[in-house]
Parts: sequence; C-alpha cells; structure tokens
Amino acid sequence: MINSASKPKVPLLEVRNLEVRYGNIAALHGISFLVDQGEIVTLIGANGAGKTTTLHTITRLPPPEAPKLFAGDILINGQSIIKTEPHDVVRRFHCALAPEGRHIFGNLTVTENLTLATFSRPKSDNLAKDYEHVFELFPRLAERRHQRSESLSGGEQQMLAVGRALMSGCTFLMLDEPSMGLAPLMMYDMFRALKKLNQEGMTILLVEQNAKLALDFAHRGYLLETGEIILSGNAAELLKNPDIHKAYLGH
Amino acid sequence: MFDSFLQNILNALQWGSFYSLIALGYTLVYGVLRLINFAHGDIVMVGAYIAFFISSLLLGQYGMPAFLPGWAVLALTIPLTMFFTSVVGVTLERVAYRPLRRKGANRLYVVITALMAGLILENGNLLVLGASRKKFPELIEKVVYKFGSVYVTNLKIGVILTAILSFIGLHFIITRTKVGMAMRAISYDKFAVPLMGIPIDTVIVFTFILGSSMAGLAGILFALSYPILDPYMGMSIGWKAFIAAVVGGIGDIRGAFAGGFILGIIEIMVVAFFPSSYRDLIAFSILLLILTIRPTGLFGVAQTTKI
Repeated sequence: MINSASKPKVPLLEVRNLEVRYGNIAALHGISFLVDQGEIVTLIGANGAGKTTTLHTITRLPPPEAPKLFAGDILINGQSIIKTEPHDVVRRFHCALAPEGRHIFGNLTVTENLTLATFSRPKSDNLAKDYEHVFELFPRLAERRHQRSESLSGGEQQMLAVGRALMSGCTFLMLDEPSMGLAPLMMYDMFRALKKLNQEGMTILLVEQNAKLALDFAHRGYLLETGEIILSGNAAELLKNPDIHKAYLGH
Repeated sequence: MFDSFLQNILNALQWGSFYSLIALGYTLVYGVLRLINFAHGDIVMVGAYIAFFISSLLLGQYGMPAFLPGWAVLALTIPLTMFFTSVVGVTLERVAYRPLRRKGANRLYVVITALMAGLILENGNLLVLGASRKKFPELIEKVVYKFGSVYVTNLKIGVILTAILSFIGLHFIITRTKVGMAMRAISYDKFAVPLMGIPIDTVIVFTFILGSSMAGLAGILFALSYPILDPYMGMSIGWKAFIAAVVGGIGDIRGAFAGGFILGIIEIMVVAFFPSSYRDLIAFSILLLILTIRPTGLFGVAQTTKI
C-alpha cells in the first residue's frame, strides 16, 4: 500500500502519438490521450474526425476494419498492445467495445449473444453473477432473453451490445455512438445504466457525435477534428467553451 | 409394386446419406467463410484413400502382422480416417485459404483457389499412386436381411444410421455449444466476433475439422459400398453434393441434410421409371425447377442467417 502510493500512477489507457493511415491517406495525425482508472472520458467531434478509427485501432481490429498503424503506441496499464491480436485485447487486457451500429448477432437469441461473449473467459469466473448484473442493469433484456436478437428494438439492441461487452469480463468499456437511433427515453435509460456502471468502477471511453450529451455524462473530454485533438479538458469546462458551443452544441 | 418402391427408397437413402454427409461440409464452410470450397469433393476422395491405407495396414498388407478381425479394423479405421482427413482439410485452409483471407482477397480468387486445390489433390494422387485403381478391402461380412421381398444389407443400414447420427451430432454442436454459437455468429456478422474475445481463426479451423472429418466419413462409407477407388471419384459425387447443399439452401445444415436425401431420392426414382442414362438429366432438371421456384433453396432465407 505504501509503495503503490509513492509510485507514479499508470493510466488505464494511454494513446501516444497515434498515427494511422488508410493507404496513403492519414486518418489520425499523431493523437495522444489518456484514460485513468475509473474515469469517463469522451471523444467528441464531427463525422469523419477519426473517432471510430481511434476505437477500432485500440481494439486492434485487422484491416479493413481499422487502418494500418503507422506510428505511435497504445498502452493498457503501461503495457503496449500494438502487437496484440484483437481477441486478446478482450481476453488478456479486458478492453471491450460496443461498436457503432451495435453489430449484435441477430441470428442468436439474447442469451446466446451474452453467452458468446464469455467464450474465452476462464471457468473460474462467476458467470452467473455477471448475467444477473447485466439483467439487473437492463431488465428489458431479461424479459426478452429467449428472443432472437434481431427482433429487438434499436434501444434493446444497444442494451444487448453493452451487455455483451460486459459479459466479456471487461474492466474498460469503449462505446461508439451508443445514443445513435435511440428514442429519448431509451437514451436516458442507457446513460443512466452507464453512469451506474461507472459508479461500480467501470472505466468508460465514450465516442459521441452528440457533444452535449457526452460532455454532460463524462468527466473529461477530447475534441477531435480531422484526425487531430484540438481541445481537451474537464467536461464542464469544455461545455462552456465558446468554440465548442458554436461548432458542436448549435447555439 | 410397393416392395420395389420400398427397395428403391432404401437405396435412395443410402445415396442420400453420402450426399448429405458431403453437403454438410460444403454448407459449414460456406456458412462461416462465405467460401464455396470446391476442393471438398476431392477431400472425400482423399478420405477414401486414407481409409484404404489405414485398413490395408491394419490388415497386414504392409508387413505389419494382421491380428485384428475385420470389424475391429473398421472400428479403428473410421476415427483415424476422420482425423487424418481433417488434417488434410485444415492444411488446405492454412496453406491455400488463410493467406488469401489475410490479404483481404476478393471471394472470386478464393473460389478459384479452391478449384485449383481440388485439381492438385486429384493430380497429386495420380502422380503418387499412379492411374491404377485400388480395391478397397472388404472389412465386414455382408449380411442380407430380407423383409418380404425387400433386401437390406447391414452396410446399407450402417450408412444411413451413420449419416443421421452425424447430423444429430452436428446439429447439437451448432446449436448448443459455444463454438457452434461462434460459427453462427461469424456467419451473421464477422466484424464483431473478435470483439467477443473469440479468435476467428480457431473457429474457422474447427469448421474445417468438422467438414473434412465428415467428408472422411463419407469417403469410408462410399468405399465400403463401392469398393473401387480412383483419383477422380470425388469429383462427380462432390459436385452433386454441392448441388444438394444449394437446393437445401446453402449455409443451413438442415438444408444440406435434406438436400442430400432429396437428391438421392430423385436420382433413384428417375432410374426406377426411366432408362438409367437419363438419371442425371432428369434429376438435375427437377433440381433446377426447385431452384427456380425457391432460388434460396428449401431452407434458405435470402441474405439473412446462414448455418
């Protein structure tokens, strides 16, 4: 205890000078940012700014889903994951992504979707508790657990995408546009559940186009514009920033 | 009349079993990879040859003392053949398909590679073993049961039962196990599978193991029933099984299973009423008609879930 207090704190995620390219076209021009244990951090920015690219690069998805990593480093708890296979980012580093467009497996039932996410987890993990936790967070999933998941509404599918990420045993949750296509009430439910998750200790990196929503929810934020981070800081301060106001909050 | 009908049905079920077992391999690989593995028929041939060598070895052909009775040889040959045939299938995946997948090659190139791989297996066999045909040893004594005027051999019953049990086993794997779920998940949305912590390549290798071991099984059963082996034996039965898989709705294992038996029944029934040289003409005309009415096959649904 005494020792760990004197050690410099290692962030959960550290992205260093990340530069990625699609062919000859650079998508990220050397961005750097941090996410600390227990934080909610948001990446905001317009369409095409490189938000989804950043998440896909962190999850180490192979091309064509993520572009070629040209320079820079990605560290989880101080350890580089540049050479890690995508499934090991989940299995060994416990980073999960609820992707944009949800990408749930529509031909499987709700329960099967959740079970699939436990594919690589050790037998010693208490899965029953995790199912219970997901169903407690999203009671609608419990009601529909035996339904084919393509029959769920958009909001329920998003809940399933998040629930699935949780079932993979993650300690770091990345969310790509979880508000997309959701009815206001659903969106409210979703973010309340995410807040609760964070209070239980989950570190969250949120990518959103809805800057107001994201900054209301997060502790800190980074503003991404055409592959560069042009602003960063405390979420409350960013909300008051006149530039952000003008460009992203529409006042 | 009824007796001869029953006799025909039994023969049809035997041929349907071969087609079904092979069609299941086509459909599994297609469901997971969207790849029509045109080498699959030749994997059946390889399976038959592997079974030939294993059983010959155990029967003392190559200087090893023969100490096992025929049924024991068969009991050993089946799992060993399934194992070695799946090694061949997995090797094919590793050497031919995976590098293309890594480079993100267009599906057309992968299909052409599969066709070439099939030709390599055929001609490689020809080169190594020569053009002379092999006579598959008789491992079990033929027993004929007679019901009225219908004759059934123990082999025929064995073939049909094996096909049915294999399907039940496969269906269990696909619907009840995690790896089966992963196979279905890949067929629906490949993108999200690694995000679940699932190594896609492992699931693909498993798919090839399942498909090729069933091809190996089909190879043994075929060789037991029609004991003359030649390097091109897998071609025609492979193509027909592929068509059976398409008629059933490729990507759906129920479709492949049903399609195999439908093809078997159509073929035998055509021969029962027409000269046997019309068999393929009429049988495939009927299949063409089925596809015209249901282009996605019997169990297929356009562009949704596969496997």
